Amino acid sequence: MEEKEKQDVFETIWKFLASVKLAVAVFIILALSSIIGTIVEQQAEPARNIALLAKFFGDSAAPTVYNIFAKLGFMDMYRSWWFVSLLSLFSINLIVCSIDRFPRTWKLVKMPLKPLAENVIRTLPVKKETKFRTTVSAAKGEFLNSLRSSGYRALEATEKNGVQLYCQKWQYSRLGVYVVHLSIILIFIGAIVGARFGFGGFLNLPEGQESEFVYSQDGTPMPLGFSIKCNWYETSYYAGMDTPQEFQSELVILENGKEVLKKVIEVNSPLTYKGITFFQSSYGMVPNANGYFVFTVTPNGGRPETLWLRFGDTFEIPGTGISGTIADFSPALARNQVTGALITYSENMVNPAAGVRFSMPGQGAFKGWILKRHPETGVLPGGHTIKFDDYWGVEYTGLQVSKDPGVWLIYIACIIMSIGLYVAFFISHKKIWVHIAHEGPGDKGPVRISVGGNTSRNTLAFEKEIESIISRASHAIEEKHSGK
Amino acid sequence: MSSSLFFDISAGAYIVAMIIYVIYLVARNRTAGVIATALTVFGFVSQSTALITRWVNSYYFWTASNPTSEFIESLLRAAPLRNLYESLIFFVWSLILIHLIIEFKYKTRSLGAFVTPLTALALLFIDISGTSKEIQPLIPALQSNWLLFHVLLSFLGYAAFGVSFGAAAAYIIMISESRKEKAYIFWSLIIGIFLVVLVGMGVDFMSLSAAERKELIQSHFLKATFRNESGGVAAVSWLLSLAFIFALWNFGIGLKKILASLSVTPRMLEDIEYKSIAIGFPLFTLGGLLMGAIWANSAWGKYWSWDPKETWSLITWFVYALYLHARFVGGWRGKRVAILAVIGFVAVVFTYLGVNLVLSGLHAYGSG
Ligand code: HEM
Repeated sequence: MEEKEKQDVFETIWKFLASVKLAVAVFIILALSSIIGTIVEQQAEPARNIALLAKFFGDSAAPTVYNIFAKLGFMDMYRSWWFVSLLSLFSINLIVCSIDRFPRTWKLVKMPLKPLAENVIRTLPVKKETKFRTTVSAAKGEFLNSLRSSGYRALEATEKNGVQLYCQKWQYSRLGVYVVHLSIILIFIGAIVGARFGFGGFLNLPEGQESEFVYSQDGTPMPLGFSIKCNWYETSYYAGMDTPQEFQSELVILENGKEVLKKVIEVNSPLTYKGITFFQSSYGMVPNANGYFVFTVTPNGGRPETLWLRFGDTFEIPGTGISGTIADFSPALARNQVTGALITYSENMVNPAAGVRFSMPGQGAFKGWILKRHPETGVLPGGHTIKFDDYWGVEYTGLQVSKDPGVWLIYIACIIMSIGLYVAFFISHKKIWVHIAHEGPGDKGPVRISVGGNTSRNTLAFEKEIESIISRASHAIEEKHSGK
Repeated sequence: MSSSLFFDISAGAYIVAMIIYVIYLVARNRTAGVIATALTVFGFVSQSTALITRWVNSYYFWTASNPTSEFIESLLRAAPLRNLYESLIFFVWSLILIHLIIEFKYKTRSLGAFVTPLTALALLFIDISGTSKEIQPLIPALQSNWLLFHVLLSFLGYAAFGVSFGAAAAYIIMISESRKEKAYIFWSLIIGIFLVVLVGMGVDFMSLSAAERKELIQSHFLKATFRNESGGVAAVSWLLSLAFIFALWNFGIGLKKILASLSVTPRMLEDIEYKSIAIGFPLFTLGGLLMGAIWANSAWGKYWSWDPKETWSLITWFVYALYLHARFVGGWRGKRVAILAVIGFVAVVFTYLGVNLVLSGLHAYGSG
């Protein structure tokens, strides 16, 4: 008695977890609750969401509403216990439901096809009939041929006054939905593996510096097990525009002080070492940095020479007697279009310019701006040139760092899901029966051919296929055998 | 050669075709139907020319600043799917393509009256939103092949969903017996809100100065009407809209007879509604969700970060998954799944435009 009750309880729970009603409910709850997370800003400063809530509930109620929402986990919703539970319920539902149904589908796939009575064939979803003055064996031969060229290998059964051909194709396509479901489970597993064994962090690394740690969202340092160095960071711009063309950093991996890997990374082209991937994600200026002005000076007709200079340093263009002192710097120099005054329009190095005080023998001192993005500004009287290569050591590269051993599962799941969806939607399990027999008793009269079939989807296309099978066979019969 | 002339021609052709499709539907005039189809085909050819021209121009634009880029890479980077303007143009192109295929396959024109308004909506939105039509340099984040396929497949999927929306909307009218039916009330509300927002955005557009049009619409969204600073204008807008929706509810049922007299059957509409989803769902899953995730992972190191755009794609996906399961496992048919098809497309529109317009507008604290 108790045993039976236990079994009943188990069965009820199993039925509940396998039910599509539950799936529908979970779909709806997941969709609706996800909306909340797109309205309330996630993991934001409280003040931002209080300001948002004030738009709906008024200024006085907003803090109270905020507290209630925060208790419910809405401020970091997709990680809240109840949302994660919903996702778990969703995957349990999917697993149980698939296990529950799979045996039936498998049986359907494995079930050997059987001949059908002619009157049953005539009630199938797709049905056609035609007659010929020919022999049963001729008709049978041509239908076998025609079926074969459509990819069906038919079996035969003898009938009174004739024969029946029956065949099926692509019965395994019925498993497509299980493949789709499996891939969803794989994505969940991949996400769990990633959350359990991976990490995400960031690192702002100034030019020329190295680090053995990256930092989590809350600033906790996490050791890498090796160190990473940024040789340089550079934003390049489209000619004549302030639209960035590429963000690039040259990164070096060091093990025990030795260089083991060097790569220039860009957005969409990261560096991976020992399963840890470094993505170009942002950049910025290091506060109060004292960098090097890298100039390439070339006397007219002479050899270029690269100089590394500090702010205030004086340099000479060899053999010319011209000297310059770096007296000014602007990260983004432009001319005000109304007043004509020089202005700095951004704190980032959008259009870096070095202000140099020159002194030339026989001429007085004068000041000039040399712009990195405009080499023509570095051409001096007499054809000598100064190229402003970089102001090095004042920018940092912002790296997104992640280790996700689960991502391969995600990629595999993507491939499996694509295959599954293709099979589920574009391939159907088709069955065809062809009943061929003389109308009259004792092999007399014309041969009547009844064709019937059913398909797991897209009946219209299947009907066309059957029509073409029949017409191909009919042509052959009429050409070779009619009248015999 | 400029592509914009061809775009303007195609936009004109589609909008006139929309009017003639409606005339065809109401007057049951065969000639009107033929003219509407001819105009649509003409618009489609013109738009295809424009797309190719734009592609060629972007190709030269790209190679000018990336002289070392290889041919195939340049071709992919130049594909005209790189910003809001280009993606909407492509959406319209796909919608018309699918519509024409259905028209020839099902030998029915009447769906045109339900699908072309969507193209008009998209075209109007392009103008209203003031998105830049210039060929723009490609910012670093977008320089990825994944992105291209992501956008391409998503928009083909969206277009398929758009057709299914048109068919489902027509279906709901055809099977509604009375104005009191829930499905019919739902229909008039959704179609009414669609049209009201469209008109509201048209008013926004006309009330803006040329300079303001250059800004994104999001700072002006429905400011000329429902969100007008003058309470009176806002109140009148609300009243007019309610009156319009009421009128639609009251007279919309008349469309049913018209559709029936054009030998449109509910069964055919249901078939189109399902088939479009059967095409749209795999495309959207692969292009929208999977390739989006792969691209995000290759650019930012995270395949899923629950940002509003991703989350709304997921919501859209859930709605269509719900549609499929309700239909194939739950045995739902007819009205109930048609409503899901309509809701699905509302989610699509919100995923693509609402997230940018409404949500980011909500989060723009400065502008209030
Ligand atoms: C978002 C997640 C899901 C996706 C993308 C998905 C996908 C699919 C697809 C494409 C089909 C085939 C439908 C058709 O015939 O057109 C299907 C069938 C089905 N799904 Fe899902 N599914 C999901 C979640 C679920 C869940 C949670 C359950 C749990 C009850 C479930 C149960 C079923 C069942 C029972 C079938 C019918 C299988 C059969 O024909 O034997 N699915 N699913």
